[in-house]
Amino acid sequence: MIAEFGLAALWLAAALAALQLFAGVMALTRPGEGLGAAVRPVAVVQGALGVIAFAALMVLFVRTDLSVKLVAMSSHSAKPFIYKLAGTWGNHEGSMLLWVTVMGLAGAFVALVEKRLPERTMLATLAGQAFVSLGFYAFLLISSNPFERLPTPAPEGNGLNPLLQDIGLAFHPPTLYIGYVGLSVAFSFAIGALVTREVGPAFARAMRPWVLGAWIFLTIGIAAGSYWAYYELGWGGWWFWDPVENASLMPWLAATALLHSVSVLAARNALRAWTVMLGVVAFSMSMVGTFLVRSGILTSVHAFAVDPERGSFILGLLAINIGGALTLFAVRAVTVTEGKRFAPFSREGALVFNNVMLSAVLGIVLFGTLYPLIAEAMGAQVSVGPPYFNPMSALFVVPMLAVLMVGPLLRWRQDNPGRVGKLLILPLVAIVVAAGAMVIMGGVGVLPALGIVLAAGLAFASLMPLRGRSLKRTPLAIWGMVVAHFGVAVSLFGMASESAFSVEKLVAVRAGDSAQVGPWKVNLKTVQPVAGPNWTALEADMTASYKGGARVAIRPQSRSFWSPPQQTAESALVTRWNGQLYAVIGEQADDGRWQLRLWWKPFVTLIWYGALLIALGGLLALIGRVSSDLRRIIAREKIAYRRERQGR
Amino acid sequence: MKRLFAMIAALAGLISWLIATPAMAQDSLPPAPYAYRQLDDPALEAKAQDLMETLRCLKCQSQSIADSDAPMAGDMRSQVRERIAAGDEPEAVRAWLVERYGDYVSYAPRVTNLTWPLFVVPLVLLLLATALLWRRFGRGGDKA
Amino acid sequence: MTETSASEPQPAGFRWALWLPLALFIAFVALVFYGLVRPADRTIESALIGKPVPAFDLKPAIAARPGLSSAVYQGGKPRLLNIFASWCIPCAVEAPQLDELGKQGVAIDGIAIRDRSEDVSAFLQKNGNPFARIGADNVSAVQLALGSSGVPETFVIDGKGVIRYQHVGVIRPEHVPLILRELKEAGL
Repeated sequence: MIAEFGLAALWLAAALAALQLFAGVMALTRPGEGLGAAVRPVAVVQGALGVIAFAALMVLFVRTDLSVKLVAMSSHSAKPFIYKLAGTWGNHEGSMLLWVTVMGLAGAFVALVEKRLPERTMLATLAGQAFVSLGFYAFLLISSNPFERLPTPAPEGNGLNPLLQDIGLAFHPPTLYIGYVGLSVAFSFAIGALVTREVGPAFARAMRPWVLGAWIFLTIGIAAGSYWAYYELGWGGWWFWDPVENASLMPWLAATALLHSVSVLAARNALRAWTVMLGVVAFSMSMVGTFLVRSGILTSVHAFAVDPERGSFILGLLAINIGGALTLFAVRAVTVTEGKRFAPFSREGALVFNNVMLSAVLGIVLFGTLYPLIAEAMGAQVSVGPPYFNPMSALFVVPMLAVLMVGPLLRWRQDNPGRVGKLLILPLVAIVVAAGAMVIMGGVGVLPALGIVLAAGLAFASLMPLRGRSLKRTPLAIWGMVVAHFGVAVSLFGMASESAFSVEKLVAVRAGDSAQVGPWKVNLKTVQPVAGPNWTALEADMTASYKGGARVAIRPQSRSFWSPPQQTAESALVTRWNGQLYAVIGEQADDGRWQLRLWWKPFVTLIWYGALLIALGGLLALIGRVSSDLRRIIAREKIAYRRERQGR
Repeated sequence: MKRLFAMIAALAGLISWLIATPAMAQDSLPPAPYAYRQLDDPALEAKAQDLMETLRCLKCQSQSIADSDAPMAGDMRSQVRERIAAGDEPEAVRAWLVERYGDYVSYAPRVTNLTWPLFVVPLVLLLLATALLWRRFGRGGDKA
Repeated sequence: MTETSASEPQPAGFRWALWLPLALFIAFVALVFYGLVRPADRTIESALIGKPVPAFDLKPAIAARPGLSSAVYQGGKPRLLNIFASWCIPCAVEAPQLDELGKQGVAIDGIAIRDRSEDVSAFLQKNGNPFARIGADNVSAVQLALGSSGVPETFVIDGKGVIRYQHVGVIRPEHVPLILRELKEAGL
């Protein structure tokens, strides 16, 4: 019953999306027939129906209703509650339903709240949103129905790979999805603005919270994914430039560029066409990323994740949505003027530089990721990995970070170098000291050394915008910027330090023996078998002491799952303020000695703390922007109200 | 991250993966001598490590041999370390493998008549970026 | 939208650039469409096909058969080189086909990858032993030298020691004529 109820809600939501599109287009082409009034309410009801459909699927998963094909395929009655719940979106159909649900909700929210834009632009925006949603509804209803019943209920569910039952994993996909969907709103705004040629500060202000929100989720999603890979894969790597990782990085790069150009547009009414373009590109990258992951055309060496039907469907949606938007852009952007002028040495100038550099990095990541496919089309197999991506992206990231030290200090329109120079003394001292340290230390690779030097300069430079301000009266948006840029320095330092100073030790030891890795002394006491709900493991009972200090107990495991049979290394971590000890237990050799893999990774955690700071900066900016927008709206309403009273 | 996404990727993929995994049953032999053992000379080990991070594990999805527990990755690590210990230059070892497996085995693309666009595109982007910035700013900021 | 004014200058000759994103996007769609429809087969071929077999000398994997060295391939007749292991399930699947080839007079050598002698013996006992020689490659050294990326794999090597053909994966019954044809072309 619940499945049918959910399916009905889904069909209704799809029908309403069609109505929303139709009414919006009609109202735009034939104003005055009153159809426009229907668009906002329809958008709200559509969002509500999406929520109902998703809730229905959640209920089915929590109850483990095995008469539903999707539940039987991907759940199991004996799973813990939280993984049953997470199972709702832990599969293709459910995650697509989550996508349209969040998209519908976002549309409903826009319809309810956004009152600043001209009504025509709003109609076009909501029609655009409906158009994109409609594609996903069609995808769900035609080829990925999550509510499909089995002819006879399954006796038990297939379950989920135990490896994938991880709390980080349960919430990582929805986090990224919310980011993607947030960018879809920015996309719809861009479409609306293109259709009505109303590209200006009001458009930028309407779009900004969505871009910021999406960007925060993407930042957290990527950082969480990276940390998960770091501790779960058991080799201490945290970023591999794997196609699937790149697929999540590309929307983030585009969103970061968009975030900055939207600020220029909001504050200075410049970079109009460029911002619209980025609005289209950011969501394109979300869809491209989804496509690359879903179709499996890049990740898989053994061609197992390929589902040509789904891949083709997403590609079709991609072609229609993005191709259409880019055509609209090419036709309409001619009539969108570029906006107000500014000098190169100005805030806008620095932001344009940032945008161009970020776009170039995006181009390299996209091209490098796709290149194996291009090579294959030419009849050869190549691999493109870190030795390519690291230096090539550094080519653009390094100048960008250098400009980032100066940019936030500059005034809008025009500034003079002399004024800013004084503010840069401290950062420059930091750079010189760091560079000196690198030279004295010696043996640090070029890129890590550059990273450390830049991080040192940026750490100080990022704080400079606060100079001469009353900290209490500094707007939240400025705080957000400072915190986020400081986070970049922190994260960069973590990356460079990990890459330059990590110590690796592979040893074979008997119980009772010790091994030294960097400043740590690790002692293996015993290895004993332990059992979990669906695995057995060999657990090493070890102690670690930092520079002869107190001993900490660590217990890395070598786990064997039996359904399906699989070995995983569960690493043990000891976190200090200045880094992490990373321990993995391997196999036992014939002579009875145990393989240990030990790493001392100085300041590695700063990578993710920095990312959290970046996200926190985004959050502060979001709160600051939204509250000042709200204040402005309230003030305007008050004035209008007073006028009305005076009029009487 | 990759496993994370692999999970989102597709149920179908997951299931076929689960079916496919047992086919790659594990052997019972101990790993090759230098699969999990570092070279005694830290300088040589660092050389080997840098190289291993850029060689593709052929049995894995998309991992370097330095990041994999697959027995064949272990055997490749052992080969790499032994060759480096014997005095081979890292690039010679890479060339030896590329001679056998093609460019696929190396994550560091060479400049060939097939891969030149990989290196030209960043240059083009660099020029394009410069041109764009020049366009906007080159004329003393009189352009909007 | 009071702040928008249409009077600002429009850079001339800028229009083609507006179509550039669309053009790039179309190229992207074409590329990934190719990626979707291309055959799913993505085996890693050895780059040594057409080149001489690298020099190697492997100890016997089992007492009943001699070890394998690359000198065997200078004998003037083409031979099959099968890379297998007792722990490899697909290898058991292809055993009948190897037997069949052996019965048709094909000289077959084996390289056992990462295997114990007693396991190889048991495997051959159960699945038949068409091999003239079996070398033990306990650290995949020769496998790596051959550019082979897994088990089972089978190479056709001609009488002068040149690798003529590589079969990646299980030799299924329908593959037997193909292997025979490759052997013929190699001079059988």
